[in-house]
Order: sequence, then C-alpha cells, then structure tokens
Amino acid sequence: MIRFDYLVRKVIFAVITLAVVIVFNFFLFRILPGDPVKLLFRNPRLTRQAQEQIRVQFGLDKPIWLDSEALQSGDLETAFDSQFTAYVRNLFQGNLGISFATRQDVGEVLGERVWRTAVLVFTGETLAIVIGVVVGLAAAWRRGTRLDTAALVLGLLTWALPTFFLGIILLILARGVLPSGGMVTPGYAEQNTVAYWLDVARHLILPTITLAVVSASGYMLIMRSSVVEVLAEDYILTAKAKGLSTAQILRDHALKNAMLPMITIIALTLGYTVGGAIQVETVFSWPGIGRLIYDSVAKQDYPVLQGAFLLLAISVILANLAADILYSVLDPRVKVN
Amino acid sequence: MLKYIRQFLRRPSGLIGTIMLAVVVIAAMFAPWIAPYNPYERVQVQASDILAPPDSAHLLGRDDAGKDVFSQLIYGARVSLLVGFTASFVSMFIGTTVGLVSGFYGGKVDNFLMRVVDFLLVIPDLPLALVIIAVWGRGLWKIIFVISILGWTYTARLVRSQTLSIKERQFVLRARAIGANNLRIIVRHVLPQVTPLIIAQAVLDISASILAESSLSFLGLGDPTLVTWGNMLNFAFERAISRQAWWFLLPPGFAILWVSMALILMGSTLEEIVNPRIKSHHLFDPRRMVSLVLPVPPEPPAPAPAKTTPTAQED
Repeated sequence: MIRFDYLVRKVIFAVITLAVVIVFNFFLFRILPGDPVKLLFRNPRLTRQAQEQIRVQFGLDKPIWLDSEALQSGDLETAFDSQFTAYVRNLFQGNLGISFATRQDVGEVLGERVWRTAVLVFTGETLAIVIGVVVGLAAAWRRGTRLDTAALVLGLLTWALPTFFLGIILLILARGVLPSGGMVTPGYAEQNTVAYWLDVARHLILPTITLAVVSASGYMLIMRSSVVEVLAEDYILTAKAKGLSTAQILRDHALKNAMLPMITIIALTLGYTVGGAIQVETVFSWPGIGRLIYDSVAKQDYPVLQGAFLLLAISVILANLAADILYSVLDPRVKVN
Repeated sequence: MLKYIRQFLRRPSGLIGTIMLAVVVIAAMFAPWIAPYNPYERVQVQASDILAPPDSAHLLGRDDAGKDVFSQLIYGARVSLLVGFTASFVSMFIGTTVGLVSGFYGGKVDNFLMRVVDFLLVIPDLPLALVIIAVWGRGLWKIIFVISILGWTYTARLVRSQTLSIKERQFVLRARAIGANNLRIIVRHVLPQVTPLIIAQAVLDISASILAESSLSFLGLGDPTLVTWGNMLNFAFERAISRQAWWFLLPPGFAILWVSMALILMGSTLEEIVNPRIKSHHLFDPRRMVSLVLPVPPEPPAPAPAKTTPTAQED
C-alpha cells in the first residue's frame, strides 16, 4: 500500500510538472516582446494563404487565455475557445508549428534529430556511470592513498571545467586522428552498411568522451563518499570475518548498497547532462537537438526553440519519474515521507 | 569569526583558492592599468592584424577583429565576477528567505514551496535559461536575473533543513516565552545560526553562476556589448579553430577554469569548517557534491569512518 501511495504521488507530481512546463512554454513565447507566433504569421516569406492558415491554426484572433465575458454569460464553449486551448490541442496532435528558417514542420525536424541526441546521451551516460562507479569504488577502498588523491584532483578539475571548453580541448588534441565534427564523413551519406555505422561510431567518440568526463566526476565523488560510508558498516566487518575476499566484499556488499543513491543522482543530474549535451553537440556539430538549439538561437527560429525545449523538458521529467519508480522497486524500504 | 578565517587559511585548499581568486579580483579592479589596450576602443586594423600570433606588443596575440587578446582577458574578469557575485547574492537572498519561511512555518506553505523547489530541480536549467534569453533578448542584467532565479533551490533546501532543527531548540522557546514574535525569532535567533552555512553555499554558487554565464555566452546568448570570456570563446570557436589561433581560443577557457576552481576550493573548504555533518545534506544536489570529498590534511572531518575503513584496506 505504501509503495502504491508513493508511486501515485510521484505520477501526480510529474503530471503537474508537465502541465506547468506546457503553460510556461506557451506564455514565455507569447508574453515576452517579439511574440514569435505573430512574427511567424508576419513572415514575409510565407504566402498569404499560409499566413491565413497559421492565423487560424494558432487562433490569433481569439483571446490568449480565457474569454471572460463569455465565461460570465455561461457560454463555456466560447469561453475556452482561446489561443491557449488551441496551443494545447495542437500540441497533443504533435503539431508544433513551422520553422522560420527552413519552413519544415517542427515536429518532423525534432523527430529526425531526437534519436541522435538520445544516442549521445545514452553512450555518454553509460560511460560516465562505468567510470564513476569504478573510480569511485577504487578511491573509497584506497581512501587516503595517492590513487584517491589523484581521483579527487581530477574530479575537482573536471568539475570546474566548462563542458564546452573540455570539448574544445579534446577537439584540438585529437586533430587529425578523429573526425572533428558532424555525424558521418560526407561520402558515406545515406548508406546503411557496416562501414557507415563504423564511421558514425568514430564521430561519436569525442562527443561521448566529453559528456562522460563531465558527468563522471560527479558520479565518482558521490560513489566514493557513499562507499566510504558503507565500508564503515558492521556488515562489512562481518563479511570480512567470514573470510570473504576483498573483491567479494567490494562487489557483493559495498557496491550493491552504494549503488542505490546513485540512481537518484543519475536521474537528478539528467537535467545537467542535457545541458551538457547542448554544449557538446555545439562543439562537435553533432546534428541532434542541442546543435539544433544552437543554430535556432542564431537564426531566431522561435518555433523550433520552443519545440526543442519542450521535448527536452518532457524527456527529463519522464526520466525522473522512471528513476523514482525504479528506486522504489529496488529499495523496498522506500516510504512516503 | 577570526577563528574561522584562521582555520580557513590554514587549509591548503582554502589558501590556494583565496590566492587564485585574489589574482582575478586584482585583474578586474585594476584592469585599465594592467591591460595594455582598452578592448572597448575602436582600433585601426590591417589584414595582417587579424588573428595575428603573439608578439612583444600583444602577449596573447590578436583576435578576429585585430584586438589584443590579453587586454580582453583582463577586462573579461570584470564581467565574470560581476555576474557571479550578483547572481549568487540574489539566489542566496531568495533561497534563504524561502528556506526560513518554509522551515519555520511548515505546513501548507512549506509543502507548496518545496514542490516549487522540486519542480525547478527537475526542469533542465540550461535549456530553460537559453529559451528565456533567446526570446527576451540578450543583456547582462537579463542573464544575471535568469541565473539567479534558477539557482536558489539548493540554498532553500539547506536553510530549510537547518531551520527545522534549530526551531526545536530551547533558546527559541525561551525567546518566545519572553515575548519575541516570529519575525524576531527568525531574524535574531535562527538566521545567525544558519549564516555561516549560507555563506559557504553562496561562494560555491558564485562558481556555478560564472559557469552558467560562460555557457550561455558561448552558445551565442551573451551580452553583445561586453567583453566576456564566454563571448571571446564564442567568437574564437566560430573563427579561430580553422585558423589554429590557439592564443585566442585557449586563454579565456583557462580563465574560466581558474576562477571557478578558486571558488570551488574556497567554498568547499568553508563548508567543511562550518558544517561538520556535511554528508547528510549533500547527497541531494549533484552540483554541490565536491564538498563531500575535498581532502582535509590536518584532521579528518569524520573520524568514525576513517577508523573502520582500513579493515577493508588491509589486504
């Protein structure tokens, strides 16, 4: 019962968060100066017919939020027939507007690119978790030794280093050895062969390392302190008294117990990882959502920017919900606080 | 107070951090005297000046507009420190107020404020800051505003948890018995107890704010009228890499690393001194985890684990 309660509460929080993000996204792009939908509608490159279509689609002739007069007279249908409801309706139909720059459908542009960012974040996070757990475990086990100090100093250094600058340094160091940007070497375009995927993998190396190093320092620091605490527990002494080897103690007793807080941390840092991915994709011209955001900022392509932000925010909220559920499954002690 | 300062400077991390920060502060204060040129002045440029390599007149060469890179580096310290200190001051103020109110009054207010904190923790910061600045327009004060309103959540949690325990103590009850009202208890009795922690936190926040500003500027959303390290990197990344003009690309990056390293060293040393129970608080904010782990040469902060850990170490 307790666990069910906990899950319901988490789901409700995620739904509210999503709703707030959607409302915020709507108002940010409408209330601040330079209303993008009006800009879109006045875009001289669009035909009159297209302009009219946008006007109707976004309901620009309607009130922004509510028609208060209609609400008072009890005509609910007219009252809620506003720009906001039109926006939400469009959103749920996957209609995110049209890019200023390319006139492509924003949903299509995002759909085409989202998996590239997903691949980058996935490989980067996986590598970061492996490095963080292994180095953190080793540093905690060898606490106070040179290995520990080296891990700490490196952790601190990558902590203070801006992600994009780490990317630039790696870009310079790997010049001539690894491709400096993009996703494929131009000649390979549109070929679904082994050679093609190997080429993509080669392009993925530097962005993955950059993202991994930045996230790994955090995981390493958390893992280390968490293992240091676990190693002080009585059951570690018991395990040792039973005659288990150090490797067994570390693997079966220390690692398992120290991993739990890691799940929360990984989920919480996902927002930062996404921010890091934007910087990494910008540096390495990786054609995902992050690079799209960078290009859209330069071109003032608001519909794309709005859609990209929404996509990132929703992904992070859902990932956090998933982590909460996973946590309650893995740790039966989770209770409502 | 003096005791804290002495303790702080006796630790290598505190001393090194302070010296590193002092270098930047001096550069920022005396920029017009240190920098050989004024980067805000128009210069006559010849084709050969563009991205010219370092020579005796231009220690770090010139940028894509023919301006002296070293002078820009010195002036850039001003913007970074201004953004860092102002934004962290504002977030410290918001975070402290929210934390005190939330912890002291509890109930519905607390519940509401903590949900707001949870909400801000889940939303990805950089994308949010990006869209706000992109729509609102680029400007120094807008950047400071955005960084401030996104950066107060951790301080709020920290102050709240401290307030919760402080308000249960005897002296609060006694103050109330002699007629002190809530505001007086908060300001005169609770706030002084949490101030050292807040200051340590604020120093770490300065570093986070400086990094946030540099990321925004690098992505092309910095204040276009100012010479900042992030703006320099943005220009350099667009134009200097293909020309291999490392003198333009690397110095601003290392400057950011330098100042954020200085502040992280100082902030975490401060935190260790004022907050012996640091571990229980830091598991929940990934950005502040550094303070958990800085080596403390004179005496280990938590002797208990230190004694038992070697059992696993021996073989």
